[in-house]
Amino acid sequence: MTAPGLLMVAAVAVLYSTGFYLLLQRSLMRVVFGIVILGHAANLSLMLTDRAITLPPLLTGKEGAISDPLPQAMALTAIVITFGVTTFLLALAYRVWLGDANDEVPADLEDRRIGRLSEPEDQS
Amino acid sequence: MNVLLAVPVVVPLLGAAAALLMRRAPRLQQGVAVAALAAVVAVTGLLLRATADGTVLAGQAGAWRAPLGITVVADPLSALMLAVSAVVLLVVQLFAIGQDIAGLSRAMPQVFHPIYLVLTAGVCLSFLAGDLFNLFVGFEMMLTASYALITQAPTRARVRASMIYTVVSLTSSILFLTGIALVYGLTGTVNLADVAVKLGSAPEELRMVLALLFLVVFGIKAALVPMHFWLPDSYPVAITRISAIFAALLTKVAVYAIIRTQTLLFGRDDITAVLLCIAVATMVVGIFGAMVQDDINRLMSFALVSHIGFMIFGLGLNSVAGLAGVIVYLVHHIVVQAGLFLVNGLIRQYVGHSSLRAMRGLNTVSPVLSVYFFLPAMSLAGLPPMSGFVAKAALFQAAVGAGGWPVYTALAAGVATSLLTVIAVFRVWVRGFWGTPMPDMVEARERLKRGSHLGGLRVMATMTGVMVAAGLAVAAAAGPLSELAFVAAHDLLNGSAYIEAVLGEGAR
Repeated sequence: MTAPGLLMVAAVAVLYSTGFYLLLQRSLMRVVFGIVILGHAANLSLMLTDRAITLPPLLTGKEGAISDPLPQAMALTAIVITFGVTTFLLALAYRVWLGDANDEVPADLEDRRIGRLSEPEDQS
Repeated sequence: MNVLLAVPVVVPLLGAAAALLMRRAPRLQQGVAVAALAAVVAVTGLLLRATADGTVLAGQAGAWRAPLGITVVADPLSALMLAVSAVVLLVVQLFAIGQDIAGLSRAMPQVFHPIYLVLTAGVCLSFLAGDLFNLFVGFEMMLTASYALITQAPTRARVRASMIYTVVSLTSSILFLTGIALVYGLTGTVNLADVAVKLGSAPEELRMVLALLFLVVFGIKAALVPMHFWLPDSYPVAITRISAIFAALLTKVAVYAIIRTQTLLFGRDDITAVLLCIAVATMVVGIFGAMVQDDINRLMSFALVSHIGFMIFGLGLNSVAGLAGVIVYLVHHIVVQAGLFLVNGLIRQYVGHSSLRAMRGLNTVSPVLSVYFFLPAMSLAGLPPMSGFVAKAALFQAAVGAGGWPVYTALAAGVATSLLTVIAVFRVWVRGFWGTPMPDMVEARERLKRGSHLGGLRVMATMTGVMVAAGLAVAAAAGPLSELAFVAAHDLLNGSAYIEAVLGEGAR
């Protein structure tokens, strides 16, 4: 593995761990950032599969060795998808904020309610 | 014949575009949407007939040779899943139209129909995809449509539930993408048949890691314990038509993807023990969750989680008989689950809520409704002669045939889960349907009868009846269905028919 390759591996590792850490937070904005960072991590790992990443891309038109265009195409598709869904997530987070005036993920209320029902059923 | 492979994806997408243009003419829009889905039903029927003898159809987009271009494949399993899904999608769509005619829904029909068709296209593409990246795209189409659908008629609870749903699904998608990157890095291809050939020479440990990664990816979507927590939290909150289609189809698409990847791509004995453990945990945790619920939809969602365990159990048996059992179970569960959620929707319509504590005497309020609930509920519990019994009998027979103490342990858990399911659905029956009806329930029923809702309400009830009857039909057609399931299971475990159809003769 070359030096730029190793650097990429390290970057991917940092991105994944940061992304999952943010995903586990209570604040919705942090969760959205977590998703964005995880998306970057996945796209970078797609680029990492190309062993000839330092070679020129397909489009230069010159003869000779080129880098593999397929991971680039897949990353491009994935970027479009994560971009669209991130926008949607931001809109949702905004709706939650409008409704609750905070952006925390609330607890599962129905679950809490059932947990509190300590009396036997047939007495209700 | 191979041209037909593109139809289940292309027609709903065109229909979605047309329906979006016609949003100012609701009747026209409904017509276009129904026509598109009816075309899908017809074509998937043809595909099922063409593949019923074990033939695998493969279509190469733009005639690019297999590992290079986009491949769509229909083998008996995917054709069967397509046909069943198309029928369920059509019935639920008609139910939704009935609800719109009755004016009982707060969802926006103009938005609903186009997104619903995109969801259809995504489901069909997931079943047909012949390469991993297309499978990803199919999943994303389906999921993105579902993100939009789950927020229809947004209340605070729905927005909150859809936030959780979206974030969990996205996490699974990103892991999926990571899996694709790893597979591509290892084999240099994403075509399923090609990957299957090239993974054969890959190191054992790497194959194991990939198999587990893909199990997690689809396991999140299929709500396998311990990755199930999001499902009972989000599905019951959505409006009826949407929770019905989500519960019936979305988790089953993920189960299909698990079956496809674990049988075709990865070695057979790699993770059997893991699958059995997950199956037992899913069955037991799901049904215990169902038994304490108060909200009917939530109860059914937990039961759904529990019954996904049966399918994983069959896959873990790793035999033709086991897989055939899974396939019968899939068909049974799609139909019955859709039926139950539609009935729950009718109950919510009649009663105004779905909480068992504030419900009594539905038998008296609407006898038809109680029949509609009783039949699929008994089928879910697996009482003979319903389809649930047939499916469970097939699975348990395969388990006895396989033998060994891990399988017997899982079998015991399966039998116990079936019995507990009976308790869970009887709880609904005793609390909701027996007794003298509450005054406000009778009042709500009278209001519905007097109002202008009656025509649409009839359509809704008829469609629920059709779904319930379809559940009975699955039991009646158990013989041909299980024959077809055996053909499909044989193709799955053999794998060479799939690979030859995609890559051409002599590929393996």
